[in-house]
Amino acid sequence: MSRRPVSRTMLLSLFAALITLILTGPLSGLVLNGYDFTTRFAAPLQIAAMVLILRFIAGLLPASWLAPKQKHEVEPRAPRFKTYQLVLGGLVLYLALASLVLFASKYWLAVGIMALIYVLLGLGLNVVVGFAGLLDLGFVGFYAVGAYGYALGHQYLGLGFWAAIPLAALLAGMFGMILGFPVLRMHGDYLAIVTLGFGEIIRLVLNNWMAFTGGPNGVDAPAPTFFGWEFKANVTQGGVPFHEVWGLEYSSGMLDAFIFLVLLAVVGLTLYAVSRLRGMPIGRAWEALREDEIACRSLGLNHVWTKLSAFAMGASIGGVAGVFFAASQGFVSPISFSFFESALVLAIVVLGGLGSVYGVILAALFLTLMPEVLREFADYRILIFGFAMVLIMIWRPRGIIQQRRPFFKRAGS
Amino acid sequence: MTSLLKLEAISLRFGGIIALNKVSLAVAENSITAIIGPNGAGKTTLFNCITGFYRAQEGRILLQKEQKQTDLVALLGGSIKFSEGPLKGLRKFIYGLFGGTHLVARSGVARTFQNIRLFAEMTVVENLLIAQHRQLNRNLLAGFLNLPGYRKSEARALAKAYEWLDIIGLGALANSPAGALSYGNQRRLEIARAMCINPRLICLDEPAAGLNPRETDELSVLIKRLRDEFHVTVLVIEHDMSLVMSISDHIVVLNYGEVIAKGSPKEVQADPRVLAAYLGTDEE
Ligand SMILES: Nc1ncnc2c1ncn2[C@@H]1O[C@H](COP(=O)(O)OP(=O)(O)OP(=O)(O)O)[C@@H](O)[C@H]1O
Ligand SMILES: [Mg+2]
Repeated sequence: MSRRPVSRTMLLSLFAALITLILTGPLSGLVLNGYDFTTRFAAPLQIAAMVLILRFIAGLLPASWLAPKQKHEVEPRAPRFKTYQLVLGGLVLYLALASLVLFASKYWLAVGIMALIYVLLGLGLNVVVGFAGLLDLGFVGFYAVGAYGYALGHQYLGLGFWAAIPLAALLAGMFGMILGFPVLRMHGDYLAIVTLGFGEIIRLVLNNWMAFTGGPNGVDAPAPTFFGWEFKANVTQGGVPFHEVWGLEYSSGMLDAFIFLVLLAVVGLTLYAVSRLRGMPIGRAWEALREDEIACRSLGLNHVWTKLSAFAMGASIGGVAGVFFAASQGFVSPISFSFFESALVLAIVVLGGLGSVYGVILAALFLTLMPEVLREFADYRILIFGFAMVLIMIWRPRGIIQQRRPFFKRAGS
Repeated sequence: MTSLLKLEAISLRFGGIIALNKVSLAVAENSITAIIGPNGAGKTTLFNCITGFYRAQEGRILLQKEQKQTDLVALLGGSIKFSEGPLKGLRKFIYGLFGGTHLVARSGVARTFQNIRLFAEMTVVENLLIAQHRQLNRNLLAGFLNLPGYRKSEARALAKAYEWLDIIGLGALANSPAGALSYGNQRRLEIARAMCINPRLICLDEPAAGLNPRETDELSVLIKRLRDEFHVTVLVIEHDMSLVMSISDHIVVLNYGEVIAKGSPKEVQADPRVLAAYLGTDEE
């Protein structure tokens, strides 16, 4: 454990304080009054002093504390559970989580639904970014396609919730392919910019095509039903009210409880599918494409098809998430599909660990539940968020959970 | 002996550089043919044409497959001509969209690269599994549900991968990342990976580059095994003359994009033009 000399730490701390002063001085030190301004010296000096102290303390810590804690490569590991064990475990876990419905308030159910939607989005983007290595900044576009697909599908075609789920997956998958075509030859930064544009195009179309999408006013999305049962006080879609069938007291949380249960099942199935993908030929092909496209072609893999299938698979998961979003909100408008959402989902994937399915779940839960727990600090949400991100990237540059490669045992041993 | 591969007057220019100038050669089935020549002679470019990474601007590359002949250049599509009719035009359009390189590989031409191209972050055995992609059960549903047909196909691929790992002596490193292997092991793994697509012809681009003498000896044994045991035809670019002379049945010498000599190792060694190209003696 090497310790850096105190004098040098002092110098670096002063330097950091100076930079802070320059950066935050004008922001916190100048108070505008109409066309005039007054200066306030206390605030910037306080901030700078805080940075000075923190930097000094950080400098005194042993260097190894600040070093990354993750190895470059982790050993591959054989799956520890048999398929039937996984299925049983999944069922038990589902029942345990589903029973939360009985205790949770409507507020926490809504929070839980949003958390699960982000898990779903994270799993979808993980296919594109984590497996196939295609940096997609417009993922929110597919989320919007799914949400609007449900709302508009109901408005124009009378589609119900259950029909909307597979159709939205298909529709978003098609959009994924459409996006995929022009960007086939792009990598890295270029791809990121084009996909960013794609996400914005979808949002702008939704915002400006008044006649079809209702523009900024948004569209109503119907509440889901289950075999004709409706979870509303009064039926609106020609079914029967759920609470009357079962002789229950009506409560407004029933709808959320229902959506939560269905969404939980969908997340579970998606989770299972995505985690299996890695060991399947298509998942391997995506990863190989990320590693070396030329080598893939030399082995007879159709790189165009492989890439498009990754886009389509990720997009259709995003589309399904969109349906649940629309159903739980009862209303969609373009505001919900800003670039910030894409950034948030990307943050989930990167924080969780590229390609790591369980990491994505942890990160999604962290990033959606943390703001609810820290309600008092609502103003500092993004700040805390950024801080957590920086810390995790320092200590675990490969994400909270680093993905392990699957282990392949020699047959018959 | 029938020839498996026939190049008929292949030409390729990069701007002003004539990288290949009317190269014609025939590769006999089940033989080892070496392509030699000084740096920049166009050897790798020739490989890129054969394996579909470049499209030869003139000439034909014919691969004999049982009774059928495939023109590898035509597999890559090309400019659409109206006179050819809509069907051929559509086919060329689709080829143009997807690129035809993978079709060349599927028709039985495998290759390795001068600067190794393994899937470095993936494990050794995964590298071999990807090469078998086309032979696997790729049904998504079968994979998600782990149906018996899918399990069988994966098990078969795994068995084949381990078989090749034993051949190249990497069985113990099966689950370590390919990028962490030593240079010599990476070269051999790349050959095994190319062999896993079940090729008829395998093109090795400087397989001995960077190997020590012992590894080079092992390599020459491996290359001969590919021909004798696995019945593939080998086309190899190599600068190591003692290796070339000891393994090849036939040698083609390239210089400035032209074939300047071909024949058995003895004939080529005695050819004055080859000596001139390598040693730079006075031109007549
Ligand atoms: N993509 C390209 N664009 C332009 N010129 C190229 C390209 N590829 C190769 N060349 C040129 O074609 C010529 C032949 O190159 P090539 O790589 O085939 O040589 P080589 O025989 O493989 O040499 P070495 O033994 O060094 O590998 C060289 O002059 C090279 O500069
Ligand atoms: Mg070369």
